[in-house]
Amino acid sequence: MRFLTDRKRAAGLGSAGDGVHHWWQQRVTAVALVPLALLFLFPFARALGSGHEAVLAAYGKPFNAIVAIAFFAAAFAHLRLGLQEVIVDYVSSHGMRAALLVVNTLACWLLGLAGIFAVVLIAL
Amino acid sequence: MADVNRGNRPLSPFMLGKYYRFQISSLTSILHRITGVAMGGAALLVVWWFLAAATGPAAFARADWVLTSWLGHLVLIGALWALFYHLLNGIRHLVWDAGHGFDLETAARTGKGALIGSAVLTLLTVIIVAMG
Repeated sequence: MRFLTDRKRAAGLGSAGDGVHHWWQQRVTAVALVPLALLFLFPFARALGSGHEAVLAAYGKPFNAIVAIAFFAAAFAHLRLGLQEVIVDYVSSHGMRAALLVVNTLACWLLGLAGIFAVVLIAL
Repeated sequence: MADVNRGNRPLSPFMLGKYYRFQISSLTSILHRITGVAMGGAALLVVWWFLAAATGPAAFARADWVLTSWLGHLVLIGALWALFYHLLNGIRHLVWDAGHGFDLETAARTGKGALIGSAVLTLLTVIIVAMG
């Protein structure tokens, strides 16, 4: 650190300290979700109400399973970033904001991992 | 150096309604947020349905009954519209990020396109899925 000036250390990092990282993550996951959401949608809509055996067969196919896993990963990462933006915009109390941000991160990770785990269990 | 006015600055008001004339850009903007948050709720149902399918036939029957009930259909079709709207408006945002389509006429036209397009795509999808 002592080789950097204070200005150089802060430049481009903004008040949150991580610069455009959030912005880029939001865009990269958004681009990924354009095809993934559409590919996830139709097998899922067809599987709804089609019976347990049919659902196990549908997600036993590697393509459907991989799409569902990639969709859950990208969607919950994107959701976490989006909800984070909503929280910092509307919640002004510092304690409440910090608590909600932590809950948001943990809940999105938990749900995303749960969804992925479920698809893996079905596919294997 | 010390910020003597910290915590006592004027805050920007919530702009819709009272302070801001209604226009398509404000509508499409707030709808993007609402549909995003709403899909977070729908995602809970979807994950529950997958977990139930992984658990066994009895758990699956329960979750599948809820999602395909009258209310479940209503929620999922609402989420489907939210998905298409967020998708189309999201592409609109990505095009803006690349520096295109900012002039008022184009922005209004693409906004209308996202609103109408999402309704059309929702209807088409419901028809396609309903027909098998």
